[in-house]
Amino acid sequence: MSKKTKLTLISIIACIGILFILNSTLGSYQLRILNLCGIYVILALSLNLINGFVGLFSLGHAGFMAIGAYTSALLTMPPEAKEMNFFLKPIVPWLANVQLSFPIALFMAGVLAAGAGVLIGAPVLRLKDDYLAIATLGFSEIIRVIFTNTQSITNGALGIKGLPYIGIFNKASEAIWWTWGVAIITIIFMALLINGSYGRAFKAIREDEIAAEAMGINLFKHKLMAFVIGSFFAGIGGALLGHLMGTIDPLMFRFLLTFNIVLIVVLGGIGSITGSVISAVIVTIAMEALRVLDGDMQIGSYIIKGIPGTRMVVFSALLMIVIIFYQRGIMGTNEFTWDWILKRQKKISEPLNKEKVS
Amino acid sequence: MAILKTDKITMKFGGLTAVSEFDMKIEKNEIIGLIGPNGAGKTTCFNMITGVYTPTEGKIYFEDKDITGEKTHEITKLGIARTFQNIRLFKELSVLDNVLIANHMRLGSNLFSSIIKTPDYRKKEKKIREKSLSLLRDVGLEDLKDEKSSSLPYGKQRRLEIARALATDPKLLILDEPAAGMNPQESNELMDFIRDIRDRFDLTIFLIEHHMQVVMGVCERIYVLDHGVKIADGTPNEIQNNEKVIEAYLGVD
Repeated sequence: MSKKTKLTLISIIACIGILFILNSTLGSYQLRILNLCGIYVILALSLNLINGFVGLFSLGHAGFMAIGAYTSALLTMPPEAKEMNFFLKPIVPWLANVQLSFPIALFMAGVLAAGAGVLIGAPVLRLKDDYLAIATLGFSEIIRVIFTNTQSITNGALGIKGLPYIGIFNKASEAIWWTWGVAIITIIFMALLINGSYGRAFKAIREDEIAAEAMGINLFKHKLMAFVIGSFFAGIGGALLGHLMGTIDPLMFRFLLTFNIVLIVVLGGIGSITGSVISAVIVTIAMEALRVLDGDMQIGSYIIKGIPGTRMVVFSALLMIVIIFYQRGIMGTNEFTWDWILKRQKKISEPLNKEKVS
Repeated sequence: MAILKTDKITMKFGGLTAVSEFDMKIEKNEIIGLIGPNGAGKTTCFNMITGVYTPTEGKIYFEDKDITGEKTHEITKLGIARTFQNIRLFKELSVLDNVLIANHMRLGSNLFSSIIKTPDYRKKEKKIREKSLSLLRDVGLEDLKDEKSSSLPYGKQRRLEIARALATDPKLLILDEPAAGMNPQESNELMDFIRDIRDRFDLTIFLIEHHMQVVMGVCERIYVLDHGVKIADGTPNEIQNNEKVIEAYLGVD
């Protein structure tokens, strides 16, 4: 085993240790935010693969998340709960009595989202830039409208309430292992993918499509591949989000949700896994921390009435500042690597050794 | 057997005929030039051969196989590699990555084995890494392998582009103005370099060039295009003394 693999394993074990400590010390509100961080890490990475590494400007993430969330919800809920939810119009018979365990439902959520990725990707990936953005945005809106109108499958605008907890033992303390477990798997998956030959081909497409094609890279095949992988993880992220919230309805998967993820990816650095992870955690925590802005504010004796959504102004302004003055985001296209750390360490220790010698 | 043959290829963009009934034949291991005044249709010709455009009429044969209308990446796979008139490197990526990417098509590993890094994939990856490094050594860029490719000086970017094209294991190498922007010293080196890679990699080379010294110095046969029509072909000597060519280049009263 190489030194780097060892370091990776050690840091994964350290992560698990930290999660264990956090899980037993934090209150339920903080834990919920921590779970949300994990989910946003998954979502940001999946969007970063499509937008950052292959350079396809896709805005359809909320659509894939909706597919994932509804799939997992309908597959895990017990038949009685479904009956209670679908009081306007009964649920279709082939879904009424299905109840699968959580991991299988989660996987199915990814698979169905990936399937939608193939269906939507095949026609729209022939488009470029703004046209692709508009087409994918349209797709995610179409999904939302469809889900609002398929009353007997998705319960329409009423949404679905009472989704089971994340996990197989039906305990709240279990959630963190699923959200961060999947997040860590996603990080490792993306890192291995990007550092392989296919990852290089993806980056080549981002840099120059014409040259990439002249180097024998099948543009359509590789774009579709990345798009489908991205939608798979988006589906899983959406499913986890649904179970964490406990309630889902079509309105939840509006464009604003995609916007949040795009925001994370841009702030973190388009084309950096490390950047996406850091930024997902920071933005998720900041979104909660800035909730004070939504409430009433007292300046001296004057009270400003709270307007819900004020905190989003901060993020929008931040996004504009980043785009105008600091387009690279937190990490640019750089990554955290062990090589980098080892080199740093050498630089620091070398002068020390010299001093010792002299 | 001719390695590349075009049979009356014509390219029309709306009402404009960019190339008209162009016939050409290249034998294995030849170095062939394509010259002509600006706007004569030279690059259009290259784009038809490499599949960027599908000829409006006519057929293109590569090793006796009809490749008319094939996709660019398919044509590259068959063994035609190219460089671009206005250098198209993967700018943000390292010099080595640029060359490694060109090996992707022939790697023969699927997505899954590249992610879990199977022993087979590792072996292939190691092999292409060695091959790419040796190509970079051949073009004299080995010690710059970790630099960002856009940070290289112009002449080196051109050489990197050729190294990248060579990494696709081509039989026919198409160079679009390889000497553009080079000083006399650099273009002399380029001529030696072109002959050298032809012998070393058993290549056939087809190039567009405005730099007459280079064309006349390195090419064995030359085709001349003017307003999309072939006006002459022959050895450098014949071309230099061809009246039509002189007319096209210098104009006539």
